[in-house]
Amino acid sequence: MTKSWRLWLPLAVFAAFLGFTAYQLQQPKDDTIASAMLGKPLPRFALRPAVDGLPGAAQTDFADGKPRLLNIWASWCLPCIAEAPQLKALQEQGVEIVGIAIRDRPEDVARFLAQHGNPYTRLGADDLSEVQFALGSSGVPETFVVDGNGVIRHQHIGDIRAGDVPKLLARLEEAR
Amino acid sequence: MIAELGLAALWLAAALAALQLAASVLSLRAGEGGETLGGVIRPTAILQGGVAALSFVLLMWLFIRTDLSVKLVAMNSHSAKPMIFKLAGTWGNHEGSMLLWVTVMALAGALIAAIERRLPEATMRATLGAQAFVGLGFYAFLLFSSNPFERLPRPVPEGMGLNPLLQDIGLAFHPPTLYFGYVGLSVAFSFAVGALLTRQVTPDFARAMRPWVLGAWVFLTIGITAGSYWAYYELGWGGWWFWDPVENASLMPWLAATALLHSASVLAARDALRAWTIMLGVIAFSMSMVGTFLVRSGILTSVHAFAVDPERGSFILALLAINIGGALALFGWRAGSIAEGERFALVSREGALVVNNVLLSAILGVVLLGTLYPLVTEAFDVRVSVGPPYFNPVSAIFALPMLAVMALGPLLRWRQDAVRRVRRPALLAAGLAVAGAVIAWLIAGPAGLLPTLGVALAVAVGIASLLPLRGRRLTRTPLPIWGMVLAHLGIAVSLLGMASESAWSQERLAALAPGESAEVGPWRVTLTKVVPVAGPNWTAIEGDMDARYQSGSPIPIAPQARSFWSPSQTTTESALVTRWNGQLYAVIGEAVGDGRWQVRLWWKPLVTLIWIGGLLIALGGVLALIGRVLGDLKRRSVLAKRLRWRGEQPV
Repeated sequence: MTKSWRLWLPLAVFAAFLGFTAYQLQQPKDDTIASAMLGKPLPRFALRPAVDGLPGAAQTDFADGKPRLLNIWASWCLPCIAEAPQLKALQEQGVEIVGIAIRDRPEDVARFLAQHGNPYTRLGADDLSEVQFALGSSGVPETFVVDGNGVIRHQHIGDIRAGDVPKLLARLEEAR
Repeated sequence: MIAELGLAALWLAAALAALQLAASVLSLRAGEGGETLGGVIRPTAILQGGVAALSFVLLMWLFIRTDLSVKLVAMNSHSAKPMIFKLAGTWGNHEGSMLLWVTVMALAGALIAAIERRLPEATMRATLGAQAFVGLGFYAFLLFSSNPFERLPRPVPEGMGLNPLLQDIGLAFHPPTLYFGYVGLSVAFSFAVGALLTRQVTPDFARAMRPWVLGAWVFLTIGITAGSYWAYYELGWGGWWFWDPVENASLMPWLAATALLHSASVLAARDALRAWTIMLGVIAFSMSMVGTFLVRSGILTSVHAFAVDPERGSFILALLAINIGGALALFGWRAGSIAEGERFALVSREGALVVNNVLLSAILGVVLLGTLYPLVTEAFDVRVSVGPPYFNPVSAIFALPMLAVMALGPLLRWRQDAVRRVRRPALLAAGLAVAGAVIAWLIAGPAGLLPTLGVALAVAVGIASLLPLRGRRLTRTPLPIWGMVLAHLGIAVSLLGMASESAWSQERLAALAPGESAEVGPWRVTLTKVVPVAGPNWTAIEGDMDARYQSGSPIPIAPQARSFWSPSQTTTESALVTRWNGQLYAVIGEAVGDGRWQVRLWWKPLVTLIWIGGLLIALGGVLALIGRVLGDLKRRSVLAKRLRWRGEQPV
């Protein structure tokens, strides 16, 4: 008898899989979860530099009157590669972008920047996703518009497509 | 008219599958008395295969003629497209690929009916019944929710093209190859279900199943290898495996089928691992279906964008529930009554194969978990993307010991063996492995832990894979042994390529004006000029470059950035220079201003070994398959002769 229940185990595992996927299929697909931090000041953080040659990032860098983008990314994330040209374009429009690299290694970050260009003025390393969670971000890439008082004004979830560049510029203008 | 004919053929094939299922169930119920009914099953299965194939050929014909009154053609083709891609358009979309799926399934059923003679008659009927049952679900899916022959109210003037990324000769034949593999595994599934129903899990059953699994496995291996190479040169990112859900969907059935091949060998040779082999037969095709479901339902996001339709997702999920759930329930109910097979010692060929099976299944679990994890966390409103930082180390934890066992397993004897008997070859392989890693460090420079272990294991597995040939006369060595040797050698070759690529690749991003050069590894690449070029449905910027290996003569290369106009999309066409010791990979990017262009260069030492290894593995499978089939034919003719000797008629 002890053995017979084990033979039903695969079916039980499969039933759990079915349950999950059936539930997921019923869920509306595109409800993005907005951060609860919208409209609130940045959480306190001070991150060491993620790569040689760029300063790290801290919330004290922000409240100096100039709106900025805060970009959450990682060198191991594929959509971040797709996003790189748009960040570059934003930088060329004069936007200051502070980056936070999630669970990354300095050499990988350096390689990514060498390969896809460096749009950042500052780049902090968030090895345990602590700052990422504090910001209410749940994935990479994500981008926040932070106004001159250090308050989070807008959250962009997912990679920045070419069409998003003017929208983000408009958001930055509003945050001025 | 052709579209209506195609739809009619599809209905007819579905009806034949229903007949096949009914005849199978009734003849099994009737037991001994079901002979007449049982006689219907084989011809019906063959006819079903023919009619389904006719339906697929008619759809191909619609694509060749670019019949724009058919919705599928209008959505996915274009009159200006080269003929080969019009043809490939048949399966380069959801409906067409599902039609290909049922066609391959029906043809596989027809092939079993036509040539399989080893299985006991009752198991055979149950198997063809199971094949018809699974097939019926997919016919229903096509007819009720994905009709490929649907007409538009009025023809459109021009088609909407095909995803330009898919306009590539490699990709044109990549999906059908994979489908032959996925769906070929349905045979193993039906065999397993058939054997569970009749409780006849014997060595002969394993011998009957093995060639079918081998065939499907060869197609999967080729499909995965080709897909990886395609992603490598077409996507322009310089990588060859991305752990994308779609790639994982093809890897999981391959892992299961590989485990199945090995456990079937144990069952065939030693009558052990009965229930486990059945389980793997069910799992292998289940992984094909789960993979297809995950990819087609849009439930997971992937770089392979397919049309997303939740209704279709629900339909496939229901099919999964019925097919896989049914098979697993049957397993739970019946597997206990299948007598335990022969026993064996831990140190034996069977022991090594069991360890291999457990580790392969563990890797399968790791990949499945990583693929599904985002789905699970999403249920708790957390979105994550699981990437190489998880897959690479975690699968390596299981892959590395598996490779070590793989090196030694073929040297062990069946049933029971002593470690000391294989101590000498093991030490030889280990010594050469260490030497290999040291030499690699000396030549190419230091590398990380995983790549170094990879190189060492590649050498060990490579040496050990040849050892089963030791002491044999090569001309008289059976083909299946050659197959095993080649496939294991292929793993070693591929592993060496992976380790070398990850440890010693060099890359360079440069902004070059015409006349300027950049260096990467031993290469010096000079941009001569940038010119616009045009193809039948695209225009491109082409960077004409001269690549020089050390002080060699210049080799002209011309990477392109292409813009397609229907639908509008840009792609990169990388340029490759292949040498025996690696590949130069060049991509042209955008204009930087002041007359400079972004140029990305990679030097990837020994990278081509990854795919050469893949092809060796497939070739090993082909040799083993030929060997098994020839052996079977020989056995049959000997049997026939013996019967004639006794003056009886062969059955």
